Amino acid sequence: MQPAAFASDGQAVLLTLRLAGVVTLALLGIGTPLALWLAFGRSRLRVVVEAIVALPLVLPPTVLGFYLLVLLGPRGPVGGCWEALGGERLVFSFTGLVIGSVVYSLPFVVQPLANGFRSIDRRVLEAAATLGARRFDRFLTVILPLSRNGLLTAVTLGFAHTVGEFGVVLMLGGNIPGRTQVLSIAVYDHVEAIEYGQAHVLSAGMLAFSFTVLLGVYLTTRRFDVVGP
Amino acid sequence: MSTLEIAIRGRRGSFELAVEFEAPLTGVTAIFGRSGSGKTTLLRALAGLERMRGRVVVGGRVWQDAGRFLPPEERLVGYVFQEAALLPHLSVRGNLAYARKRAKSQRVSPPQVVDWLGLHDLLDRMPSQLSGGERQRAALARALVRSPELLLMDEPLASLDLSARDAILGHLERLHDELAVPVLYVTHATDEVARLADRVAWIDQGRVRSVAAPEVLFAELEMGAALGDDAAAFVPARVLRHDDTYHLSELETAWGVLFVPRLTAVVGAPARIRIRARDVSIALGREHKTSILNVFAARVGELLPVSAAEVLVRLCCPAAPEQAVLARVTKKSADAMGLGDGLEVYACVKGVSVR
Amino acid sequence: MKAHVFSWILWLAAVAAGCSRPPSEADTNRALGPVRLAVASNFAGTAEQLARAFEQQHPGAKVEVSAGASGKLYAQISHGAPFHIFLSADVERPQKLASEGHAVASSRVHYALGRLVLVGSAMKAGLDGASVLKQGNFKHLSIANPKTAPYGVAAQQVLTKLGLWEQLEPRLVRGENITQAYQFVTSGGAELGFVALSSVLKDKGPRWEVPPAFHAPIQQDAVLLTPGTKHALADDFMAFLESAEAKTMIRAAGYGTE
Repeated sequence: MQPAAFASDGQAVLLTLRLAGVVTLALLGIGTPLALWLAFGRSRLRVVVEAIVALPLVLPPTVLGFYLLVLLGPRGPVGGCWEALGGERLVFSFTGLVIGSVVYSLPFVVQPLANGFRSIDRRVLEAAATLGARRFDRFLTVILPLSRNGLLTAVTLGFAHTVGEFGVVLMLGGNIPGRTQVLSIAVYDHVEAIEYGQAHVLSAGMLAFSFTVLLGVYLTTRRFDVVGP
Repeated sequence: MSTLEIAIRGRRGSFELAVEFEAPLTGVTAIFGRSGSGKTTLLRALAGLERMRGRVVVGGRVWQDAGRFLPPEERLVGYVFQEAALLPHLSVRGNLAYARKRAKSQRVSPPQVVDWLGLHDLLDRMPSQLSGGERQRAALARALVRSPELLLMDEPLASLDLSARDAILGHLERLHDELAVPVLYVTHATDEVARLADRVAWIDQGRVRSVAAPEVLFAELEMGAALGDDAAAFVPARVLRHDDTYHLSELETAWGVLFVPRLTAVVGAPARIRIRARDVSIALGREHKTSILNVFAARVGELLPVSAAEVLVRLCCPAAPEQAVLARVTKKSADAMGLGDGLEVYACVKGVSVR
Repeated sequence: MKAHVFSWILWLAAVAAGCSRPPSEADTNRALGPVRLAVASNFAGTAEQLARAFEQQHPGAKVEVSAGASGKLYAQISHGAPFHIFLSADVERPQKLASEGHAVASSRVHYALGRLVLVGSAMKAGLDGASVLKQGNFKHLSIANPKTAPYGVAAQQVLTKLGLWEQLEPRLVRGENITQAYQFVTSGGAELGFVALSSVLKDKGPRWEVPPAFHAPIQQDAVLLTPGTKHALADDFMAFLESAEAKTMIRAAGYGTE
C-alpha cells in the first residue's frame, strides 16, 4: 500500500465527516419547523406530508439517486433552472451531494424530532402560554428541553445515516477525490480493485466510529430519562 | 364598575357551547355543572386555549370579539389546571421564576405566595417529587405570581384526597382577603361552591341557565331536581354561642336558632349551613315528641316531582322569603298532607353540615 | 364399482407407458439444469444474445446470465458462488481465479476486445475527438474509474498519450463502470465521455472512435469455473464462444475479436 493511497483514503474520511456535518445541520434547520408542524399542526394535509417524508425509508437509494440525477442534472427541471441562473453544476458537486443526502436522510431526522415533540404533554405548553410565553419562547423554554432525547436521536441518526450513504452518492457523485469521493465509495472501490486490506482498514474504522457514537448517545439519553415528568 | 362579559359559541366535536353572561369582576364566581356540561370548555375559551366565536371583555379590555382574538399569552389570565401542569423540567422555584419573568406587573411576588401557601420546603423539589396536593399548591402559587387580572381554576381539587382538598380549600377561602384577584372557579362539587363562591353560574348542556348567589340558586327547584340526591340548600348563619355541656353550637339564622355539633369557630363568626333535601321532613304541626332538635316554621312554595314516588318541595322562610330550603318527600305524603302553595308547615331538619 | 375404476386406471397407465419413448438429446440437456454465466455488466446484453443462440443450437439447454461488476463477481466466485463460466471485463480477474484454484487455467479464452469511443453533447460532427479534448469547451469529462475498470485504464492511457491528462484530470468524473460512465453523459451531467462502443452502436450522434493504438488492448477474458467442470454443457459453451457464429455476433455488438 502506497502513501498516496492512504492520503486519498484520509481525504475520503474528512470529506465524509464534512458532508455528514453539513447535512445534519441543514436537516435540523429544515426538519425542526417541519416536525413542529407535524406534531402540533391541525391541517389534514399532515398525514400526506408525513407519508412523503417517509418515502426515502422505503425507496431503494439507487432509485432515489437516479431521480435526483435527472432532477438536478443540467437538463433537469431543478438543475437546469439553477445553472441558467448562474449556479454551479449540482451533479458531481459537494452541493449536489448535500441536496441528495438531505432528501435521503430527511425521515431519519424528522421522525425522531416529531415523535419527541408529540410526547410533550399539551397541557404543559398551554400552561406556559397562560403564563405569558409566546410561541418562540415556548419553543426555546419548554419544547426544546422536554424533547432532548428526540433531538439527540435525530442528530445521531441523521449524521450516521449520511456517513453510511452509498447508493445516492454513487448516482450523483462522479467519484471525484476531495469533492464527492466519500468513504463508502472508497471502500467499494477497494473491494472492486481487490485491495481487501485497505477495504478492511476503512470499514473497521467506520464501524468503530459509528459504534462509539451510538454508544455515547444511548448512554446520554439514558441519563435524561431519569429526569422524566 | 369592573365586569366580566362573555358571549361565546362554538363546537367541540359533537358538543355545542353557547354561553352568555355577565358577572362583576370581584370575589369568586363559581361555574357549576355536571361532568360534560361544558364548564371546562368555557374556562378554556375564556383563557384563549380554545378558539370560539364571540366576545369576551374583561374589566373593559376586549380579549376577543368579531375582529380580534388575543392568544392566551396576551391575556393577563392565571390558569390552574386540574392536573397542575407544572413545567416538569423546572423545580418549583423554577416554575415560579418562569411566571415572574413573564408577568407584566409585579403586584404579587414569589416570596409572598411562598409564605402564604407554605411552599418553603418544596422550592427545590421537582414536580415529579411532589404529592398531588403539593403540586396544586405550587400551581396556584405560579398562577398568582403572574399577577393576573383574572384567575381561572379548573376543578383544582378534583384529583386530590380529602385532607389535601381541605387544606387547599382553606387557602382558597382566604384568597380574596390576601390578594384582590377575581376568581372564576369551575367545579361540580356543591361543598366547594358553598365554601368559596360569592355567586354561581349554573351551566348545563353548554348553556348558562342562571347566575345567582349560592343560597338563591341551590334553593331553586330546578337545581334541586338536577342535583338529585345531592340536592341541598345553603343558609347563611352566625355563631351565637357554644354549649359545652351537650357539645353543641347554636347558630343564628333567619329561620331561628339552629343546633349543630360543636364548632371551632368563634362566637360572632359567619358560617354557611348546608341542609340536604333528603334530611328535611315536613310536619303540619309542631312536634314536641321528636328527637329532632331543629324544627322551623316555613311556608310551602312550589312542588316538583323528581321521581316516580317522590316530590321536591320548596319551603320559604317566613321572616325572610328570599331564603328557602328544599325537602324531598313522597308524593303520597304530599297528597295526604295537602301540600300546596302558601300552606304553613314546619320543616324538621335531621342533619346539617356547617362550614 | 371399485374394481371398474381400478382396472381403468391400470389401462391408462399401460397406454402411457407404451407412449413413452427413449430419452432424446433435448431431454438430456434439460435434465442437466441451466448453464450459469457470470458476465461483466458491459457485456450483459451481448451475452443474452449468445445465450439464446446457444440454446437454439442445443435444444433443451438453458443458459442463465447474471451480470455484475467484475470485481463483485470475482469476490462472489472466490467465495463459492455457483457460476459455471465467468465472462470478465479484463484479464486479471480470470487469471487470479485460476491461480487461486477457482477456475481452469487452460480454459481461458479472449472472447472480446473492448472498443473505446468519445461521445457527448460537446462532440460536433466532423470534429476530431482529440481536438475537442484539446479545446476543452466542457465542464466534465466522464470515464470509468481507472482503479476498477479496464475501460477506465484505457481512457487514462489515451489522455496521457494526447498529453492532456494533467490538464483534464480535475474535470474528470468517474463512473463505477463503463456503463455508469455512459449514464453520466446521457444525463447531461458530463458533456463528454469515454464510453464503450457497444453502448452507442445504435446512436446517430457524432462520436470519435478511439484508434486502438492509443491504448493497451481492452482484453476481455472468459474462463471455465470449478462448478462448470461438472456441467457437460459448460464446455460446449466455452467452445461456442470461439465459434464463427459467436464472433459475428460479438463484432456486431461493437467489440473486436481476435
